[in-house]
Amino acid sequence: MSEENMKQVEEVVLPPAGSLLLSTSPHVHQGESITTIMLKVLICLMPAIVASICMFGLNALLVLLYCTAFCTVFEYLWNLLLKQPQTVKDLSAVLTGVILAMNLPATVPWWICLIGSFVAIIIAKQIFGGLGQNPFNPAAVARVALLIGFAGPMTEWINPMQGFATTSEFTTGATPLGTAQMAAGTEKALTTFESLESADALMQSFVGNVGGSLGETSALAILLGGIGLIVFRLIKWQIPFAIIGTTMLFTWLVSTVNPTLTPGALFHVCSGGLMLGAFFMATDMVTSPITHRGAFIYGVMIGLITCVIRIWGAYPDGVSFAIVIMNALVPLIDRICYKRPFGWSPASASALQMRRNEVK
Amino acid sequence: MYSDNPRKFIGGVHPDDGKALSCEKPIRIAPLLEKYIVPIPQNIGKPPKVIVNKGDLVKKGQLIAEADGFVSVPLHAPTSGTVGETVLIPGAVGTMIPAVEIISDGQDEWGSALEPIPDWKNTDREILKKRIFDAGIIGMGGAAFPSHVKLSPPPEKVIDTLILNGAECEPYLTADHRLMLEHPNDVLEGAAIAAKILKVNRVFVGIEENKQNAIDAMKEIAGKYGIKIVPLRVRYPQGAEKQLIMAITGRHVVAGGLPMDVGCVVQNVGTCAAIRAAVVEGHPLIERMTTITGSPVKDPCTWQLRIGTPVAEALKMAGGVIAPAAKLILGGPMMGFAQATLDGAVAKNSSGILLLQAEETGQYTSNPCIRCGRCVDACPMRLLPGPISVLVESEKYDQAEQAFVMDCVECGACSYVCPANRPLIQHFRRAKAEINALRRAGKK
Amino acid sequence: MLEIILISAGVVAVLGLILGLLIAITAKKFEVETDPRIEEVQELLPGANCGACGYAGCADMANAIVTKGVAPSTCPVTNEEKQAEIAKVLGQEVGEAKEKMVAVVFCGGSISRAGRNAQYNGVMDCRSASIVANGGGKACRYGCLGFGSCARACPFGAIEMRDGLAVVHPELCRGCGKCLGICPRKLIRLVPAKAKVHVYCNSLDKPQQKRKYCSVTCLTCRKCVKAAPDSMNVQDQLIRVIYSNPPDPSFVEGVKCPTGALQTEESHRCLVPKAAADGKEK
Repeated sequence: MSEENMKQVEEVVLPPAGSLLLSTSPHVHQGESITTIMLKVLICLMPAIVASICMFGLNALLVLLYCTAFCTVFEYLWNLLLKQPQTVKDLSAVLTGVILAMNLPATVPWWICLIGSFVAIIIAKQIFGGLGQNPFNPAAVARVALLIGFAGPMTEWINPMQGFATTSEFTTGATPLGTAQMAAGTEKALTTFESLESADALMQSFVGNVGGSLGETSALAILLGGIGLIVFRLIKWQIPFAIIGTTMLFTWLVSTVNPTLTPGALFHVCSGGLMLGAFFMATDMVTSPITHRGAFIYGVMIGLITCVIRIWGAYPDGVSFAIVIMNALVPLIDRICYKRPFGWSPASASALQMRRNEVK
Repeated sequence: MYSDNPRKFIGGVHPDDGKALSCEKPIRIAPLLEKYIVPIPQNIGKPPKVIVNKGDLVKKGQLIAEADGFVSVPLHAPTSGTVGETVLIPGAVGTMIPAVEIISDGQDEWGSALEPIPDWKNTDREILKKRIFDAGIIGMGGAAFPSHVKLSPPPEKVIDTLILNGAECEPYLTADHRLMLEHPNDVLEGAAIAAKILKVNRVFVGIEENKQNAIDAMKEIAGKYGIKIVPLRVRYPQGAEKQLIMAITGRHVVAGGLPMDVGCVVQNVGTCAAIRAAVVEGHPLIERMTTITGSPVKDPCTWQLRIGTPVAEALKMAGGVIAPAAKLILGGPMMGFAQATLDGAVAKNSSGILLLQAEETGQYTSNPCIRCGRCVDACPMRLLPGPISVLVESEKYDQAEQAFVMDCVECGACSYVCPANRPLIQHFRRAKAEINALRRAGKK
Repeated sequence: MLEIILISAGVVAVLGLILGLLIAITAKKFEVETDPRIEEVQELLPGANCGACGYAGCADMANAIVTKGVAPSTCPVTNEEKQAEIAKVLGQEVGEAKEKMVAVVFCGGSISRAGRNAQYNGVMDCRSASIVANGGGKACRYGCLGFGSCARACPFGAIEMRDGLAVVHPELCRGCGKCLGICPRKLIRLVPAKAKVHVYCNSLDKPQQKRKYCSVTCLTCRKCVKAAPDSMNVQDQLIRVIYSNPPDPSFVEGVKCPTGALQTEESHRCLVPKAAADGKEK
């Protein structure tokens, strides 16, 4: 008995059979998951969220809460009804909700948030197969749908900095882009543009003290979050740089050639949804090209389409339209911008072709 | 061609290396065991033919299986004793492979048929090459490719550079590190022998910068053999053949090509030490450095183990486990093979026996690709791992082939960074297997 | 107003006339002669495009039957009636009818019956699992892996995954043999449909080893061979039914196989518990 005990003491412990995990290499992981990525993007959105609440008060908070809650609920219900594994935990629906809210004016009623959330989660995302399968950015699709379907409430811009006043007391006004569009081509164009482009107006626009949707007003807050996105490597930096760069270049060209058509480059960058779109919507991983070269082309094209819609289109702003249009072209861009593997050469390519012919 | 600042390859990752567990501890020589189980198929190519029968008496270093063809190497008894049963044990990749049991007689008596050649400098190259073949030496970094084949390039290929791979970019493993630190002369003399066989005088040793003491130890005597030590950037997979050649010589091995196409031969440092032992001492390859490590292991350390040491015995030497282990891996965590049981045995290419806890290992899921592009940034071969895996998932192998899946080196950098935890390497291995099967069928 | 309507109607009518004429001319000019029988034969083929005949789908097969004189029975899926009808279309004699074959998965090792020596973590597909981890965690290296690649490949939905085991429904199986090539363990075979008794085991390990990891393995005790030497046969470490002379279903009752590896097709299906909700299924 004692001898046996002795043996047991000496016996070294080995991992028990049947408990080991079998899998392919590699066996270690960086630790980042979809959830942590979404969480980091949400953290980067915080400055914009805080800015919108400061500008538009309680209403902004309500819109944010509505959209986030509705999006999450739709995602949950869809998975429940289709008996799919629950994907609410990956926070992608929450992120979609917040970005959707950023695209809405603070005064929209709750049912617009509901419809927007439905379009974003069910129609733009889950119908296509859920996260990773959707060709279009859900929030951009929802915004476009709402803008076309409910032009009234979607274009009622209240002036910011009215504290926590009730709805009836709000004063409303046009966004700088709207003012610019109305003035464009008329006799008043030059004077209007001049006032819009004055250092003071630009500063107000940059800080966010202008009318617009929650995320459109404060370029500064978006920029702060955008730097966070690039620092945390959550987005491809080529996309926002290409979009903003192209927009500046193009609007500068047009306004130089014909000053009555549109205000200058700085005005365009600071106003409207350009910053939000460039940093948070166009950069959505699922719906943007996977290579850096592709991302650059994609960004340039978004910038161009945005400018064309802003200057000659029927809508004052065209960022979300541009994003949706370019989303559709992402598979094509990916096709053009495949990467050649390490050591690729024409000789190896023809060898590959020969091997393939052999098979056939 | 050569510069003091080695080039950087695109991509790669920087995993937590876990080498601190064992890198400070000197190599220990394993005690003699009662029984060894020597796996028969160890090399790439044809497995050798067993020439001993149950009950035969063998001496340490005696031939127990002879090579079958050119791409095949012989096997030798790890100790003196009796030949036992031929059993089936799980090989590294999981398939069952035959293995010969050698029951030790405790004498550990040498009986090698190989004569030492101390004066190798004045020996014919063919004799040296024959010796390397007779000693059963294969690539000890993991590939298990017979070394004599690597040292016999076809005459139309001009070889001008020999590169020693001492990068050891795999996390946790310190076998090459300790070997270079403690036996630099073995490695360098072996390299000089290999250089003589190849008739090259440009010899480089690539070592990652995180092994400064090994670099210093090697540099001290490298001049004697005219060998240059090249410190390399710490980045996984720096030790991958193509990336290593690019970093040191700036030459790009063409996709689907071999290092000899650009005039290079790459040997692992452990292989070089084995070459020296075979030539100078007349010892066949029956021992190797293996790191037994991981956070659950009581006493992680690098050991000098006999080929055929059962994995369970090796773990006992290291004191067993002190925490529940979730994964047993032969090799390193990035490219090693997970084992279902402890029944396996140490082979000539087992550079490590690694245990990982559940929270240290990544759990694969079948989450969809969110196209974040991290795998694209990480891939050292500049492929598009995410989109390729989606193609493989829907069994579009022809499209995957057009997307260069065959160029994947299975380094695992993409899976390591994938936030969706997709089993990318499994998809690629599947695609390669299916495409190879198609090619074979097409050739027939 | 009326004018506008008339003009537009006239334009549309003229345009339609011109285009219709163009189509008629091109159709006549570039007409490709096809045998009308090809379409008829294609109607009679099953239309599953399973590829078991070796042609690229049923249309290709119909073409081959009519133009190349391939026997209709080359299609393993059609029944005799349909083959006779095809022969009628072609004006041929009905060839000798081929025996109906069905697929059988020679394994009884469901999750609850077969032991595991490790936990598998990876792609839920038999072929992927067999390549990287030698088929997941099941201790038996001959048995069903249970990830359902054959069930996904079956064009007729005849294979069901029950408790991690592929089970063939012979009434749905048309014997196309598509699953045979998919299974990495090669444990699906085609057998004559009239055979109802099978030994549901594929393990070639020694009986002592088999016993350790599976409760329904064939231990080659030869009880069944002694009872019916003409119908049962020992092959390697396994007993197989001699399919040229299969035993009667009642034979299983009489023999009482000690492990239950010998089963009729029906009792085998009943014994494997139906999974309540198989979350792994795609």
